[in-house]
Amino acid sequence: MTRHPLARRGFLAAASTLAAAPAFGQSAPTLLNVSYDPTREFYRAFNTAFTAHWTGGGQPRPTISTSHGGSGRQARSVIDGLAADVVTLALAYDVDAIAERGYIAPDWQRRLPENSCPYTSTIVLLVRRGNPKAVRDWGDLLKPGVSIITPNPKTSGGARWNYLAFWAWALHEPGGTSATAEQAVTQLFRQVPVLDAGARGSLTTFAQRNQGDVFLSWENEAHLALQEFPQAGLEIIYPSLSILAEPPVAVVDRNVERRGTKALAEAYLQHLYSPEGQQLAARHHYRPRDRAVLAEAGARFPAMELVTIQDAFGGWAEAQRTHFSDGGVFDRIYRPGR
Amino acid sequence: MSATTALRSGSARRALPGLGLSLGVTLSWLGLIVLIPLAALVIKPWSLGLAGVTAVLMDDRVQAAFRLSFGAALLAAIISLPLGLLFAWVITRYRFPGRRLLDALVDLPFALPTAVAGLALTALFANNGWLGGPLAEAFGWQIAYRPVGVLIALIFVALPFMIRSVEPVLRDLTLEGEEAAATLGATRAQTLRRVVLPALAPALITGFGLGFGRAVGEYGSVIFIAGNMPMSTEIAPLLIVVKLEQYDDAGAAAVGLAMLVLAFVILLALNVLQRRLRRGRA
Repeated sequence: MTRHPLARRGFLAAASTLAAAPAFGQSAPTLLNVSYDPTREFYRAFNTAFTAHWTGGGQPRPTISTSHGGSGRQARSVIDGLAADVVTLALAYDVDAIAERGYIAPDWQRRLPENSCPYTSTIVLLVRRGNPKAVRDWGDLLKPGVSIITPNPKTSGGARWNYLAFWAWALHEPGGTSATAEQAVTQLFRQVPVLDAGARGSLTTFAQRNQGDVFLSWENEAHLALQEFPQAGLEIIYPSLSILAEPPVAVVDRNVERRGTKALAEAYLQHLYSPEGQQLAARHHYRPRDRAVLAEAGARFPAMELVTIQDAFGGWAEAQRTHFSDGGVFDRIYRPGR
Repeated sequence: MSATTALRSGSARRALPGLGLSLGVTLSWLGLIVLIPLAALVIKPWSLGLAGVTAVLMDDRVQAAFRLSFGAALLAAIISLPLGLLFAWVITRYRFPGRRLLDALVDLPFALPTAVAGLALTALFANNGWLGGPLAEAFGWQIAYRPVGVLIALIFVALPFMIRSVEPVLRDLTLEGEEAAATLGATRAQTLRRVVLPALAPALITGFGLGFGRAVGEYGSVIFIAGNMPMSTEIAPLLIVVKLEQYDDAGAAAVGLAMLVLAFVILLALNVLQRRLRRGRA
């Protein structure tokens, strides 16, 4: 597991607070944020900022820990009893899965502005130095000899966004139907030589093992890759159309009620929408919702045509059922004899 | 049943006291740590019904993953057999500088986190790696992200079991038998075939079984080098993880149960074979 060491300590601290809850509940507040893989750097900075903001209001200093991993696996940990106060995951489907089991109120997505998604991201293409395969848009991925790296949509939230972004583009092409899109996506995955389980593993395969010509990536991960592997000379290509990835956040009602951390957890998530939270998100290459902050960031977020999962796919539950469930479109790609 | 009656009638007369207590403690621990989780695994899939479980197991992708996992694990155990024997032979029969170091190195794969092993093997065998690069250039072979990559990772985890099973038996095997065979006019090949190998056979089978069992369930090191492509390099344990990530617990348990049953049958067969060999010698 790639869990942050602090998270484990936080979990222990949370557990011991829990044991002593009635007597010492308010003396040493702790908060556990269960998040997905690429948010590590962002929440490290945000936790520091929020702690300053919260103690500035005269509140006792909270201990905030963050746990990172694949979005689906993180959701499963919460369902299995990890005492998360808030979840900040890659897709609404995973938060829905937690809500279905009664940990979060069913109307969670209406409780915070912007569908409970304080920042957004999108899917971009990462290519090697000088773009040797001349990849300008999604269509270029289907050219013979282009090899593509993406994680497995069955195990990676980010990979599902990759897949759906490509599908949305294929549908948007002249004469595009779900049949032509399925054909295109089948062709795309024929050109994928390795399916890692998560986004970070895929990035290693692409950048360090030198596999593939194009890496399908979260926009913020792409920027991180440029910083991480400066000698590789990777370049970001913004396709003509992509998907608006909306990573949602939610307070885990059952846990905060039991632990008495409701006010802290709510303030934590609300601070994500504040100018400070939005600026931090932008600095870590998440697209801020706040128009002023977005304008300030300027050319760092090139304007693109972005479709939403609601408009293009009828929401996550629908997209999951059609594309990623067992027997769905993605499974058909790997059926033999096609 | 018969064990308890034997225990009751025998406890008074037994020279070594404490059978009741020690057996009780053993069985409770075994029940707590092995039997109860396994029972859960056996019960869970049936929420799908018999037809549902069959559908999960007959799926092409599941079948392909089983073929790869069991095929590669058997092959890894088969390859480890001569390799492990040779290695055990070298460290027990010869004295050379660095022997103790080599001996200690054998245990390293037991202690190394499997993810580290997987990363190291992938870095080594990817086509820009130290070994993978020259191999790809000279022969056009690709090892990482192919079934052969899975095989290499499985040999890595299976080999120490083979060596550690054979080594103590080989150490206890006195030279007198071999010397007697030589004085009776046996050739070296005959001595090896008729004297040394039969004595080692049970240990070799134990090592084979342990190595195979470990390889079939191996996850951590394989997923890095496998490439994880459905129908070709996707191992059965990964399929279990995939199903869990889709919140399909029953489907995951069905695959797990099938793996358990298959592995059990194979290990049981090895056990029977081992017993036959022992009896043959006695």
